[in-house]
Amino acid sequence: MESSGAEILLESLMREGVEVIFGYPGGVITDIYDKLPSTKIRHVLVRHEQAAVHAADSYARASGKVGVVLVTSGPGATNTVTGIASAYMDSVPLVVLTGQVPTGVIGNDAFQEVDIVGITRSCTKHNYLVKETEKLAAIIKEAFHLASFGRPGPILVDLPKDVIARKAEFRYPRKVKMRSYKPTYEAHPKQIRKAFELMLQAKKPVILAGGGVISSGAHRELKTLAEKMRFPVTTTLMGLGGFPGTHELWLGMLGMHGTYQANMAVAACDLLIAIGARFDDRVTGKLDEFCPDAKLIHIDIDPTSIKKNVDIHVPIVGDCRNALVKLLNLTAKEFKDRVRGGASDHRAWLRQIKAWRETYSLKYDQAKDGPIKPQYVVEEIYRLTKGNAIITTEVGQNQMWAAQYYHFTKPRTFITSGGLGCMGFGLPAALGAQIAHPKKLVIDIAGDGSIQMNIQELATAVENKLPVKVAILNNQYLGMVRQFQEIFYNKRYFATSLTGAPDFVKLSEAYGAVGLRAEKPSEVTPVLEEALRIKRPVLIDFRVEQEECVYPMVPAGAPITNMLLA
Amino acid sequence: MMQNERRTISVLVDNEPGVLSRVTGLFSGRGFNIESLSVGETLDPTISRITLVTTGSPPIIEQIIKQLRKLINVIKVVDLTETEFVEREMLLIKVRAEAASRAEVLRIVDIFRCKVVDASPHFYTVEVTGSESKIQAVLDLFTPLGIEEIVKTGKIAIARSKK
Repeated sequence: MESSGAEILLESLMREGVEVIFGYPGGVITDIYDKLPSTKIRHVLVRHEQAAVHAADSYARASGKVGVVLVTSGPGATNTVTGIASAYMDSVPLVVLTGQVPTGVIGNDAFQEVDIVGITRSCTKHNYLVKETEKLAAIIKEAFHLASFGRPGPILVDLPKDVIARKAEFRYPRKVKMRSYKPTYEAHPKQIRKAFELMLQAKKPVILAGGGVISSGAHRELKTLAEKMRFPVTTTLMGLGGFPGTHELWLGMLGMHGTYQANMAVAACDLLIAIGARFDDRVTGKLDEFCPDAKLIHIDIDPTSIKKNVDIHVPIVGDCRNALVKLLNLTAKEFKDRVRGGASDHRAWLRQIKAWRETYSLKYDQAKDGPIKPQYVVEEIYRLTKGNAIITTEVGQNQMWAAQYYHFTKPRTFITSGGLGCMGFGLPAALGAQIAHPKKLVIDIAGDGSIQMNIQELATAVENKLPVKVAILNNQYLGMVRQFQEIFYNKRYFATSLTGAPDFVKLSEAYGAVGLRAEKPSEVTPVLEEALRIKRPVLIDFRVEQEECVYPMVPAGAPITNMLLA
Repeated sequence: MMQNERRTISVLVDNEPGVLSRVTGLFSGRGFNIESLSVGETLDPTISRITLVTTGSPPIIEQIIKQLRKLINVIKVVDLTETEFVEREMLLIKVRAEAASRAEVLRIVDIFRCKVVDASPHFYTVEVTGSESKIQAVLDLFTPLGIEEIVKTGKIAIARSKK
C-alpha cells in the first residue's frame, strides 16, 4: 500500500521515537499538519519559529533525545536560522524539517521560496533537499542518525510540497548505510597510555571539562577520575553541571567571567586535560599566554576541534566517556603502585589552589535597604530550589550570574546558548526543558533585554500549561554591553538603555500568566517562594541595581590572569 | 611564522548536487584559499573526484584536511603531496598566427608537443597539457607573438602506482 509523503514522514518520526514536535504551520506543510493529529506525536505550537528551535534545542539537552522542529517554507524557514546556528555551536542533536515550494518551481522565485539548504549549509551538520518521495524515509533515518552520531548537531531536511503530497511505498530502512562519515568512538590505547603517564608526572594538573562531558554522559567517569587522581576540575560554560559545583575539587568556571582560582590554576598548570571542550576564545583569553608551561591532553570526538586553537601534546580522538573509562581502567590497574607510590604527588598544588580560592572572586554586598543585587536573586533561587531546578538563561549578565551563583551539581540542568550567545533563548528553552521533564522545576534566569526577544512564548507556556518560572533581573539596560561601555568606553552609554520596556507584570497577566514584582531585597525571598508555590507560568520582575557589573572579568583578548575583580 | 606550504589534495565525494558548494563553502567560510580546483566523475558514477590545490601553514593544512573529512558527503581525502603523484593541467590558447608568425607558432607547438585544435586566417587555437611549469613556459613563448585569449583548467592529479 502506498502512503503520502506526509504519512511517510510522520511514520518515520514515530519509528525514531519522536514524542514531540515544536512547530508552526504554513501553506506548503498543511498536508503534514492534516495528518499530525492522527499520530501519537505531541505538537507544541510556538509563536515564532526561532523559539521552536530553541525549545527543541533545550528539549534535546534536557532529555538526551533528538529535538524536532517543523516549520513552513520561506520566512518560516529563515526564522529558524538563528536557532539552528545556536544548536550548531553548542553541538545539540536536532532535526529541523522545513517546508519548500514544489520541486517544479524551485529556483523560480516562487511565493515563500528560499534556498534554506544553501542558507544553512554553514550552520548545520548536514542538510538535505528531498526531491523524491521514495527517498524520504531513508533521508529521515539518516538525518536522525547524523544528528546524534559522532559530534551531535542540527540536521535540516527541506520538504517540497509535491514530495509531501505524492504517494510512495513506505519502507523504513533498518540501518543507515553510509560510505562516508565514520567518527572514531574508541580512543586509541596508545594515546590513553601517553595521557596516563603525563597525568602521573604532573605536579600541577587541572581538568577542563566542556559540554562534551555532558552530551557523552561522561560526568560519573569524570568525577571518579578527578577524585582518584585528586585533580582539580574547572569547566567551560557549556560544561557546567558536568562536575558537581559543590565538590571540594571544583574550581569554578574558567574564562572571561571565570573564578580567580580557575583562571590562575589554568594559567599556572603544568598539565591541562581538556575533555569535550573546544577552547573558545571566551575560555582561553589571549592564546599566546594560555597555560604557557603546560602539556595539553585533549579528548574530543571531533578531530577538527583538536589543535584548532591551541597546540596539543596528546590528542585523543574519541567519545569522552569511552576515553575516560579507558583512563580509569589504567588508574585502577596501576593505582596502588604508582599513584599511591607518590608518582603524582601534587599536594603543594592543591595548597596553592586553596590559597587562590581565598581571594573570593565571587562576592557582592547585599545592603539591607539598598537596591536588589542580581547575584542575590540567583543565590536565593539556588537556596530555595536546593539546586534541583533546571535553569535556562537568556544571554548577557543574567547568563553569567546564573553560571556563577547557581551551583550546578547534575548534568543537563543548565541550558544556555553558549557558543552563539543568542538572546531570546531562555524562555523557549524553559518550555523545551519543561516538556522534557514535566515534573521538574524549570526556571529561566532572564534579562530585561533578552526576554523581550521571545517574550511572545509566554502564550505557548500558558496554552500548554507549562509552569515555567521566569526571573527577570531587570536593570533597564542591555547590561553586558552597558558594562563594556562603563569599563572600556568611559561610561559613554549609548543604545543600551531600555527605558521603553513594558510593565512586565501587566504583560505577563495579559498573556494569562502570573506576574510578580520585587523592588526591595526583603521582597526577593517571599516573591520567589510565592512563584514556586504557583503551579502556572510565573514571570517575576526583579528590579535590580542598574549599574551592577559581572565580576570577575577578563577584557576580551587579554590573558585570563588579567582579571578585573569586584 | 610558520612557512606556507602548497598542497595538492584529492577528495572523493558523493556525486550529488550541492556537494561542491559544501567543499568550497568550507574554504570560504574559514578563510582558507583554493588556488585551483577541478571536479569530475570517477569510474563509479556515484562518486566524483575533486582535485584542489591550496596553500597554508602546516596547522592550516591539517585543519583543511580534518574539516574536509568531517563533511558528510566526503568519502576520502588524500593529501597527494605526501606521496609521489602525477599532475596535469590543460590550457587552450588562442594565439595570433599571421603569415609572418605562423611557422614560429607551429615550431613552439612541436617543441612542447602541443596540438593545434582550431585555425582561422589570423589565429591558431592550441591545446597544451602538462605540468604547471610547462604551461607557463608555453605561455611565455607565445606572449610576444600576441595572445588573444586563454582558458585553463584546474589541476588534476593522481598518485603514482607502486612499483
